[in-house]
Order: sequence, then structure tokens, then C-alpha cells
Amino acid sequence: MPRSTYQRLLDVFGKLAVLLILGFLVLPAAVVTFAAFNDKAILSFPPQAWSLRWFTRAINYQDFRDGFHNGLIVTLWSSTIALVVGAMFAFVLDRYSLRFKATLEGVLLSPLVIPHFTVGLGFLILAAQVGLTRGYPVVIACHVVLVLPFVLRSVYVSLRNLDQSLELAAASLGAPPLRVLLTVTLPLLLPGLISGWLFAAILSFNEFTASLFVTAQRTQTLPVAMYNYVREFADPSMAALSVMYIVGTAGLIVFANAFLGLGQVLHIEQNR
Amino acid sequence: MTQPARSATDEAAVRFSAVSKRFGKTLALNEVSLAVRRGEFMTLLGPSGCGKTTLLNLAAGFFSPEGGEILIDGERVNDLPTYNREIGMMFQNYALFPHMTVEGNVAYGLKARHIAKPEIDRRVAEVLGLVKLAGLEDRKPRQLSGGQQQRVALARALVINPTVLLLDEPFSALDKNLRASMQVELREIQRKLGVTTIFVTHDQSEALSLSDRLAVMSEGRIRQLGTPEEIYRRPLERFVASFVGDANVLRGRLERIEGAHAILALGATQVRVPKGSLRGGAVSAPVDLYVRPEHLEVIETSGPCARSGTIVAQIYQGGYVDLFVECTDSSIERLLVRSAGHQAMTRWPIGTKVGLAISTDEGVAFPIA
Repeated sequence: MPRSTYQRLLDVFGKLAVLLILGFLVLPAAVVTFAAFNDKAILSFPPQAWSLRWFTRAINYQDFRDGFHNGLIVTLWSSTIALVVGAMFAFVLDRYSLRFKATLEGVLLSPLVIPHFTVGLGFLILAAQVGLTRGYPVVIACHVVLVLPFVLRSVYVSLRNLDQSLELAAASLGAPPLRVLLTVTLPLLLPGLISGWLFAAILSFNEFTASLFVTAQRTQTLPVAMYNYVREFADPSMAALSVMYIVGTAGLIVFANAFLGLGQVLHIEQNR
Repeated sequence: MTQPARSATDEAAVRFSAVSKRFGKTLALNEVSLAVRRGEFMTLLGPSGCGKTTLLNLAAGFFSPEGGEILIDGERVNDLPTYNREIGMMFQNYALFPHMTVEGNVAYGLKARHIAKPEIDRRVAEVLGLVKLAGLEDRKPRQLSGGQQQRVALARALVINPTVLLLDEPFSALDKNLRASMQVELREIQRKLGVTTIFVTHDQSEALSLSDRLAVMSEGRIRQLGTPEEIYRRPLERFVASFVGDANVLRGRLERIEGAHAILALGATQVRVPKGSLRGGAVSAPVDLYVRPEHLEVIETSGPCARSGTIVAQIYQGGYVDLFVECTDSSIERLLVRSAGHQAMTRWPIGTKVGLAISTDEGVAFPIA
């Protein structure tokens, strides 16, 4: 069937529109990336001369080093705690019929709709009330609350996709509950657990609003350190840091996909 | 493979006595009693929701009954968890572990029993040979065809030498040809090993062709227990007569009892059935005669016939022909006549006025409730 001019035009415009939208999505990251390699000490676009010196400055700047270090501590603790707690709640929601199931689910997912600054402010007031200094425990507790819904969702979906007859089959073959959990349930949930943890970790590491409230100079995470930096300086080391952020996170996801088999989550579903 | 030593206290491998199970408000099983003999292939047959799968799951121990007792090998297992029962179960969707190889799947039950590695290897190889899967040890389930997956599931259930093999509609996912060959193979293996088997299906032809005995179930009860032949030829209830095999229901009247036979008036003819096939009803009261399609015969309208009507459809089935005859004698009824060979296609074309006769005394008569 010969295509009319109209159809061809539509085809060209359609492709153009898709390209524009995709371009728009990566535009901020692209601008920042270019700015990071600017030799001048101002955040400008496009750069006139190229240099890596802002990367060096960002890496060597003590507040950023501390922020990175603090961020790692907070992220590892909070996403791991959220994983354990979230996985247990996901299990309960999936396996047991509870009277207040809807309420429980609502409460667990509520941080999704509560603004981060509210959570941060709440923890700040609470910490002051009970006389806690703004140390790691407060920051970590705050982050656990913020990332819990994401872990819960991720594990819950994997549990839903897990065929329970597999567990029955294992039991029928003589495996007691713990053995079933270790040899069947957990290995099959692993992609969901890992992706849930990873998602939580990325969110926690990037979290700014609530962290601004609950961190102190000693515990400030990288986004908070960056915020404090731009209040005083306007040089491209921020942009350089952003580039490292993007590359680091993307690298983590690519690694997870390739070696930890996150693609398996989809694969299992296709097989059913 | 050798069967484990048995305690000879009970001649039944599995015994259900007055077992009841309730799900919420529904009574799934209503005091069901059933003894499955050693080495027997017992089928639980019934429509969905009849309780057959519930009975199987109770034997597996996936949940406990509210009332009654379940004995496996003479031992009361009501409170014995699944993993301590010596059962082999095959699931409808096979439930193969997707993250393990064929070998890993089959060895699972042996590893759970902490059997030594060389012994595991030997038994896995042996059972994979039995189900004709040797050479596929390292494949993952998703790399196998449906038939191969089923063999893995069977091997996995058999390798632990279970006291009883539980099969939950294992053939429902296979296409027709594969299903037939797998059925034959399963039965061969089951006979060879002599393993007691409980098989759940809603497919009556499957039940008739495979079973030593079958229990026809509906609404949480066993309606009839017997050999396939007993169930097919001498159904005790209307439900059994109509659920197992095709049946034509012909309204008639009980004329008289004559020796070992009951004489029924049916249209312009009289039909004789053994007295044992009369399920009650008084002389001269109306009865329903259940006649299998192969026991009906199309005849010319000139002779005396049980019914008369018109051929409305012919269905060529290969070895036989199904003829649908619409009768208008009393009320409109559509009867199915099964005729061997293919001659019926040309002899009785659609639209032909025909009579129907009953060719044997195989019918079963039920009183009108």
C-alpha cells in the first residue's frame, strides 16, 4: 500500500517529537555536564575553555569528602534497615489476611504523600524533645521512614509474583519451613530484594530536604554539603560533583543489571 | 527403585475417615471416607468445587481437616506437617524450581533428607532414565518443553520413594496428543513401581482410561466409588450417570418386573434392563432411562421405535460418527447417537426422518424424584 504524503509527514514529525521529548529529559544533565568541564570559575554555559580542575577541587574539598562519607554511612544503614523491615511487612501483607490490612498498607506507604520537609521537621522536633543530639541515629531513622515505601513495594511485587506452589512443592519434598525459605523463597525473591535495596540506597543518598533538617555539621550528607557550598561559592565544582553523581549512580544500576540479574525479575514474569 | 518397608497394620496406603473441611462458610468436604489400597491408581473425579483437590491437599498436609482422620500407611497424619509425610506431589503447573537445573530439582527431596551425595547422584540418574530425561540434567526448567517439564516433576516426586504419589490435574496444560502419550507413560511407570497414586481430574475420559478405581465427587461428597466399568455401566446416581460419559435421558414408564429384569415402556416399544439397573420407582410410575450414545441405534421409521425424530447434525469423529436427533414425541429433546464406522454419514443425511431403538439392556433407570 503506497503511503500518502500526509502519513510520511506524520511519521517524520512523530519521530521528531519523540527526539525532542527525550532531549528535554536529558537536557539538565547535559548542561551541567558541559559546565563541569569549564575552565572559568563561574557556572556558565557553554564553556569557553576546557579543564578538569573542578573535578579535582570537588574531590579534594573537605566538606564534600565528609558529606560523601556521612552519606555512605546513612545510606547503608537506612536502606538495609528499611529492607529488613519492609520485607517483613511485605511478607505479612502478602501472606496473612488481616482485619486492618488496608490501614496498615496506608500507614506504611504514607511517606510517599507526606512532604519530606514534614518528615524532617518532625524528626527534628522529636529529637529535641527526647534530648537526642543530631547524630547518625536520627538521620538514619529519618531516612528509613522515607525509603521504606519503596522497599516495601518492590518486595511486595516480587512476593506477589512468587508462585506459592513452589513452596508447597518444596515442603512436599520434605523440606522444613526454614529450608524452604533459604532454598526456594529467598533465592527467588533475591532480585526483588536487591532492586528494592538499591532503589532505597539511591534515594537515601540523594535525599536533601529532610536531611537538611536532621543533619548537623558533623553528620551532613553530600546533598546538604552541596547546598551549603552553593550558598557561598558559584564555581563549577558543583557541576563536577553532579557529573560524578550521575556516573556513579548509572554505573551502579548497570552493574546491578548485568551481574546481580535484576533482569531476572522481568524474566520470571515472562515465564509464567 | 525399591519401595520402603511398610508397617502392615493397615491394608490401605491412605485412609480418609469421615473427613470434613470448611472454607469460611462453604463446606468443601462433608464427612468423606475413602480407603486407597496399596499400589492402587485412585482417581478423584468431579466438577470444579466438588472437593477433590481439597481431599488431595489434605493428604499432602497443606491444611488440616476440621473433622475426621487421615491415615497414611496406617499412621494418623492429621497433625503431621507436610515435610514429614512421605508423599510425592505433582502440581498442575508442575511447580518446578525455576532457579535450579533439572538435576537440582530432582535431587531436592533427597538433599532435604540428607542423603549422601553418591547415593543422590545414583538415584537421580536412575529416575531420570526412568522418565527418559537422561542428558538434560543441566537444563533449567524454562529451557524444557511442556512434556519434559512434566517428566521432571514426575521424577522429582518419585525419586524420594513416596508412600503415595499425589497428582493434581497434571495433564491439563498439555495438548491432546502429548497428553495421551504422557498418560500411557505415567500409568506404565506407576505400574512398574507399584506406587500408590491419588489422581485428581475433572476430565472423565482421563479418569476412565487411567484408574484402577475412581471416586466420583460432587458437593463435598463421594457420590460413587468403583472401577471405571462399574461407574460407566452402573451409575448409582443421576449425577454420576450424566457426569461420566455422555448420556441420553429418555422419559418412560416402569411396566413390570419380570424375573431378573425390569420392563420399561418407552415410546412405542418396550425396553428390558437388568433389575439391578433400576434405581427404585414403583410399577407404572414414570422413570428416566439413561442410555449411552453407543447403545442407541438409528432405524427406519416403519418399525416400532422408542423415539422418532429428525437428524439435525452429523459430526465425523474419525472412528465413529455422532448423530444428533431431535425428537418431538412428547417434549422436544435432542439425543446423541454414536455410530461406529463412517457409513452413518451417508446413510442418515441431515433432515432424514428416523426412528431410534435401544440396542442393548445397558441402560440405567432412575425414578422421577
